[in-house]
Amino acid sequence: MRITLNRRLFLKLSGAAAGGIAAGEILGGPALDQVLSGKAARDGTQVFSIVCNNNCGGRCHLKAHIKDGKVIRISTDETPDSASMPQLRACLKGRATRNRLYHPDRLKYPMKRAGRRGEANFQRISWDDAVEVIAANLRRTLDRHGPASVYIQYGTGDCGAVSGVAAARRLMNLLGGYLGYYNSYSSACLRYTAPFVTGYRDTNSYQTLVQSKLIVLNGFNPAETVFETNSNYYLSQAREAGAKIIVIDPRYTETAATFADEWLPLRPTTDTALFLAMAHVIITGNLLDQGFLDRYCIGFDEDHMPSGVPAGESFRSYVLGLQDHLPKTPDWAAPITGIDANAIRNLAREYATTKPAQLLQGLGPQRHAHGEQSVRAGIVLACMTGNLGIPGGGWGGGEGGRSLGLGTGDLPAGPNPVRARIPVFLWTDAIVRGTEMTAEDGVQGGPLPSNIKFIFNLASNTLVNQHADVNRTIRILEDEKLVECIVVSDQFMTPSARFADVLLPADHSLERDDLGFPWSGEKYVVFGNKVVDPPSECRHEYWWFNRVAEKLGIGDKFSEGKAREDWLKQIVDRAKESNPAFPSWEELARTGLYREEPEAYVAFEKEIRDPAGHPFRTPSGKIEIFSKVLYDMNKPDITGVPKYIPAWEGPEDPLTKKYPLQCIGPHYKRRTHSVFDENAWMEEAEPQVMWISPQDAEARGIKDGTRVRVFNDRGALIIPARVTKRVRPGVVAIPQGAWYTPGKDGVCRRGCINVLTSQRPTPLAHGNAQHTILVEVQDAGGGQHG
Amino acid sequence: MPEEASMASGQIAFFVDTTKCTNCRTCEISCKDFNNAAAGLRIRRVRTFEGGEFPKIFAYNISMSCNHCEDPICLKHCPTGAFSKRASDGIVVHDPGRCIGCRYCTWLCPYGAPQYDAREGRIRKCNFCVEELDRGRSPVCATACPMRAIEIGRLSDIASRPHATARIRSIPSPGLTMPACRYKVRAEAERA
Repeated sequence: MRITLNRRLFLKLSGAAAGGIAAGEILGGPALDQVLSGKAARDGTQVFSIVCNNNCGGRCHLKAHIKDGKVIRISTDETPDSASMPQLRACLKGRATRNRLYHPDRLKYPMKRAGRRGEANFQRISWDDAVEVIAANLRRTLDRHGPASVYIQYGTGDCGAVSGVAAARRLMNLLGGYLGYYNSYSSACLRYTAPFVTGYRDTNSYQTLVQSKLIVLNGFNPAETVFETNSNYYLSQAREAGAKIIVIDPRYTETAATFADEWLPLRPTTDTALFLAMAHVIITGNLLDQGFLDRYCIGFDEDHMPSGVPAGESFRSYVLGLQDHLPKTPDWAAPITGIDANAIRNLAREYATTKPAQLLQGLGPQRHAHGEQSVRAGIVLACMTGNLGIPGGGWGGGEGGRSLGLGTGDLPAGPNPVRARIPVFLWTDAIVRGTEMTAEDGVQGGPLPSNIKFIFNLASNTLVNQHADVNRTIRILEDEKLVECIVVSDQFMTPSARFADVLLPADHSLERDDLGFPWSGEKYVVFGNKVVDPPSECRHEYWWFNRVAEKLGIGDKFSEGKAREDWLKQIVDRAKESNPAFPSWEELARTGLYREEPEAYVAFEKEIRDPAGHPFRTPSGKIEIFSKVLYDMNKPDITGVPKYIPAWEGPEDPLTKKYPLQCIGPHYKRRTHSVFDENAWMEEAEPQVMWISPQDAEARGIKDGTRVRVFNDRGALIIPARVTKRVRPGVVAIPQGAWYTPGKDGVCRRGCINVLTSQRPTPLAHGNAQHTILVEVQDAGGGQHG
Repeated sequence: MPEEASMASGQIAFFVDTTKCTNCRTCEISCKDFNNAAAGLRIRRVRTFEGGEFPKIFAYNISMSCNHCEDPICLKHCPTGAFSKRASDGIVVHDPGRCIGCRYCTWLCPYGAPQYDAREGRIRKCNFCVEELDRGRSPVCATACPMRAIEIGRLSDIASRPHATARIRSIPSPGLTMPACRYKVRAEAERA
């Protein structure tokens, strides 16, 4: 039985105790007459829609069961489950929400730094004092260094609709602006590079998977990343419909174990070599879709090159080795990639002759030294086989990432008067040498008038934990003459929070109303009710930014007299204006979910169907397998056509003599980046361990469970080893997101991979190559672990 | 009584399609949340096995709770009679009120279903979410699984499904207790 109550009836039934709760349902248990007599509301359990607003591709529908003002249970979507509208069932992390919400380590009061920065020696202060300190520091920074010295750190801990980051941007834009960034830590190479080839980046929707006969997953692991709530459900549908699934990944991932007919354990950083060898087989085997290439592409062969380029620069010439006398054959690629030449031939033939076929590249392969190249090479393969723009075919950096199309938005931030932007990965450089950075560093609208002097770090662990090279980052942050003030808002004392000058306790999404939108482009919105009050003095960032604005004399401009909930309501009102079917705030609050039937969206369908009416948005109007823009940059690592360039700290680097193992940092099902590392249930489900092959373990005297020391010139960590055949020899995998926890010797005891990663950016996108590192592993002593 | 609740008389059972399981552990955690189980108690648990030789390897995951056996060894040997098998549906229910925490059942059960809760000094195990079931709702794990791999039904129906088995490689033989639970497993996970 399921009874839905409207807001007024609910409030009447539940009385004042429900303050802040917008709507509820009563599920199961009490009979209707009990509900109406108010007994159920007093004795029973109330159930409310809540939203899981973490930065995975999923946006799941959760429900909180409330009794005596406490969340006693979490459940998930209970709307009818159908093939066209599968329920938005939450993963293990969403189901462990209570363990985060009620964690004893939640920050509870505003604090200010008492010792040296990074010591985590804090002193409790009042909210009045916190607001005063922030306003005074901000005013001083703006007077001394100007608005471009203020940086709002990249952070994804709160993906709600009116976030702290949005509030910070709004405030700063009213005060003259701030130093902006472009790129992300997730997809820098993909998003920067794909537009050079196809004009803009686009992907299919998951509903197209079922139309594919062959699905090649290159470093795409939705079984753990949850790239979209139902990504794995759709993969399973595709498999049941008969699609063959091939996984190319250094690890036998959960995705490979569940779905793959075949696993090709590639050496990290060599994806492009594999793709080039596939191209060689397709060219020499006459398996090309020449018609597609002639009609839609430039740069594949010498007959379709832009003017002003010397002969021999086409993709075909490069693959066949006509200039460099190095044909990119499977025999050439086998020792590079670690994949048998015959397996490459079979893969190429199968991919070229099974249509439609989707090639999905996850984001992992592009977080590598030359991540730009593998993105471009992947698109070329889809073009060579005529798979772009057709149902069941296509190429994508995963899927999704399209706009929602529901007319929803965020807190309006206004225009940023500061035009200078940095590639997000270079923010530590912008602290040390910002004014010296140029376009060569990827600075746009430069030069920077100032180095970074003030940082807002909101729901973010990028300040220390998620950025590369923790030890270098810490050395920079510890110098109080560089960054003069760091304001952090978080729920926990994260490694980043320890570096705050002012540390503020943030609320949890269950402690405020919120809206959740998916990455996928699927048309739905989840409503998150405020179901409990924030503990102690926890506050949403909008609340204290508003007070800082008041202190600085721009309170009216900042808030326009609105509380955070009013902005949320405005988002819903605007969505309703552009889409009459969109529900009102009250309706959305009551049902918890607005959803339209998803469509099978095919990326670049219109460009392929009607190339004259819809040319690709590139300089030539075609898919640019050869990019003259990139060619004219005339740099060894930025090439006219996609090429294999051996990675620094890759398998061909002489440094392998000192550090022989490649180390990658996969996403782990038990965390969303660094969120949920605090969660005991998650640690039980999947503890922080490093995967190492039996061969590499045996050579080092390491057994399953041995505590090992992993190190390179940048740092060291200690972690239990999991000896498994599921990772290729020569590679170790340390799940990213564990909280940096140094011992007195500076060695991380928790296994934060970023003590090992490098701040060297990729050549074109200036993105993070955090998976490209070399390490050595040895027994740390101290015996077995759990 | 086991005889009364045999296959013929409406024994309820889990059917787990382990070929769909991504090892995401959502069943484990939703079960933990519903049962307020502390870390250490895994009333439903996914076990992972791997085999083969690189690069031709395989892995499979078995999500298992109490199998609500037709011949429950826990029930037969519990000194306080804390276990009962419901006549109507054959669910093996554990009553913590009668449990003295002696842990006999934890040594006897081949599947590790009854687990000792040190916090409470009592055994905890899967009761098939009888509170939910009695309200006409499915157990929490079944409504939680993102892959829709966990279902419930009459054992007589489930046992006749294609590929339904209780014989799984690396899992104790069903001959000991006659689990009222069926699994679909990939070829490598079939017990010889």
